[in-house]
Amino acid sequence: MITISKVSKWYGKIQVLKNCSAEVAKGEVVVVCGPSGSGKSTLIKCVNALEPFQEGTITVEGISVGDPKTNLPKLRARIGMVFQHFELFPHLSVIRNLTLSQIKVLGRDPKAAAEKATKLLERVGLGAHAQKYPGQLSGGQQQRVAIARALAMDPIAMLFDEPTSALDPEMINEVLDVMVTLAKEGMTMIVVTHEMEFARKVANRVVFMDKGEIVEDAPTADFFGKPRSERAQQFLSKILQH
Amino acid sequence: MNYNWNWGIFFQLSPDGTYTYLQLLLFGAGWTLATALLAWAIALSVGAVVGVIRTSPNPWLVRLGNAYVELFRNIPLLVQMFLWYFVLPEIMPQAIGDWLKQSANASFYNAVICLGLYTSARVAEQVKAGILSLRSGQRMAGLAMGLTLPQTYRYVLLPMAFRIILPPLGSEFLNIIKNSSVALTIGLIELTAAARSMAEFSFQVFEAFTGATLIYIIINIVVVSGMRWLERRVAVPGFISMGQPAAAH
Amino acid sequence: MFSNIDWNVIIRSLPYLFFDGMRFTIMLTLMATAGGIVIGTLLALARLSNIPGLSQIAGTYVNLIRSMPLVLVIFWFYFLVPYIGQWITGASRPIQVGAFLSALVTFTLFEAAYFCEIMRAGIQSIPRGQVQAAQALGMPYWTSMLEIILPQAFRNMLPILLTQTIILFQDTSLVYVISVTDFLGAASKIAQRDGRLVEMYLFAAVVYFVISLAASYSVRRLQNRIAIIR
Repeated sequence: MITISKVSKWYGKIQVLKNCSAEVAKGEVVVVCGPSGSGKSTLIKCVNALEPFQEGTITVEGISVGDPKTNLPKLRARIGMVFQHFELFPHLSVIRNLTLSQIKVLGRDPKAAAEKATKLLERVGLGAHAQKYPGQLSGGQQQRVAIARALAMDPIAMLFDEPTSALDPEMINEVLDVMVTLAKEGMTMIVVTHEMEFARKVANRVVFMDKGEIVEDAPTADFFGKPRSERAQQFLSKILQH
Repeated sequence: MNYNWNWGIFFQLSPDGTYTYLQLLLFGAGWTLATALLAWAIALSVGAVVGVIRTSPNPWLVRLGNAYVELFRNIPLLVQMFLWYFVLPEIMPQAIGDWLKQSANASFYNAVICLGLYTSARVAEQVKAGILSLRSGQRMAGLAMGLTLPQTYRYVLLPMAFRIILPPLGSEFLNIIKNSSVALTIGLIELTAAARSMAEFSFQVFEAFTGATLIYIIINIVVVSGMRWLERRVAVPGFISMGQPAAAH
Repeated sequence: MFSNIDWNVIIRSLPYLFFDGMRFTIMLTLMATAGGIVIGTLLALARLSNIPGLSQIAGTYVNLIRSMPLVLVIFWFYFLVPYIGQWITGASRPIQVGAFLSALVTFTLFEAAYFCEIMRAGIQSIPRGQVQAAQALGMPYWTSMLEIILPQAFRNMLPILLTQTIILFQDTSLVYVISVTDFLGAASKIAQRDGRLVEMYLFAAVVYFVISLAASYSVRRLQNRIAIIR
């Protein structure tokens, strides 16, 4: 469904992505991990063209992301994205956060949009908070709203950019639980995260990145069982210690 | 101080024989407010557009916006007044120039346009600062949901940016009221000009200026409380806005 | 359009424009800035002091000045300064004051209100620990202010103080309303005398623009330098 092929990206003279290739099939959950600054966030932001790249191609269901002729808003509307810092719109109530682009992008009827939003909020356990504003919710609650907001667009795939790394430890699980359910329902997901338990439980494959390169791309069991590269071994031993 | 105070002067007829001096001051205040309000409409709309293009991804638009702001910020308001009023009609084709010179209320229209554009550069600065104060993730989140860039500005970035810059915009509005007094140099009889002519005709200089000062203070108080009300009105629950002091005047 | 434009009028009047006009403008700007910062800092200290009444008096003055247009303040002082002079010297009638002195008093006292607010923000931006550390070392009020707090506040606020000075430089053109020959006044006099409004006002605009732009560019560079040092 999503094909990343030989993608390179530079910020000025600094190369941040080096010849990255990967493939994500429908229904697959792929976890991307690696030390900070390894380019993982940049790579998934290339998938919906939030970050431009200079070389290579990315296609989503056959549509080329980097092609200047591609209708980017239309493409992005089909891919859900969840950010590290939630990025809810603070001036809109929770329910308006969920209905805004349903109405403005998909052209849905406001009533239908609100019904859909209410259902999704109930699904993430926040039905009672629909009329509140993002600033009145905890971090974990905000991130669950953000997931619901992305789902409201009926996405064909979801991108998660370190969805739990800005959360207090006691809130991480409530967000991961929602993501596990989503994965089990067959959603196609690319998840940048350090949560190795999550990866072990639901990922089909793990992609390990370092210094802008994809160093390892292996089925989950293989990655945790016997990582081939030394860099991945070092990373795993560091991250699994705590 | 050997100065003959006469506070009754406000209720005496002015040399025009119809109105009292107090009424003349109030007419002046009316022109001050009319000039300031119309100019503010220009300043807000042009300033918002220029502020937005200065944060756009297109480097040429950014440069254009920056040049606009530098042009209007680095020439004294009084000189800009003269350029609009004395110079523009001369360098236009004759017909347009004559029309500009002869139109009734020419100094009022000139003052509105001049003040509006002058202040728009300052509004643009604030709008840009407001947008840049938002996390870059907000723009990304808007785009990621399929909103176009203009929609992202309209529904995501500008509503928050304007809330954040409301306090400095309030002081800009106070500034535009005060700055409208510069239009007396091109013949607009706004509040300060009315006070000066009252001083000249009645010789009660300090009463005239005291009267104008009091009216300015009242306008100030009204505007400040209006801004406070507006800030409360549009406050976002759970979001603490960061007020910033405005240094300039 | 530009058919009967005579740029020579500018060349002919350059000495008058700069030696008379611009010299007045620059002198007024620099002296009013210096005086405004000193008085403004004193006002800021008064506003932050615990002495009963002092803070209210300073606050009232600052708010009063800030709610008035500069043009009106210029008129006020133009008529008031002779009386102030009479009061100070004890003369029997209002004393004649030169245009420069009158303008200087006006701009100094006007800008003091704005510099006061800048310095107040600057003083308040200094962590309380600095005051407490100075007190713990046994410094009296004025020593801790002059040696510890004000230098830091001044340094933090330097870019804003300089920006305010650029605004003041432009604002001095408003002495036009009391017919003083500053740079714009000089340009205006020639413009009226020779009927050369287009040339003279365009030239004045260019001169103000170049000086202000160069100055604000330098302030921005300074700001970046300070940002790096911190």
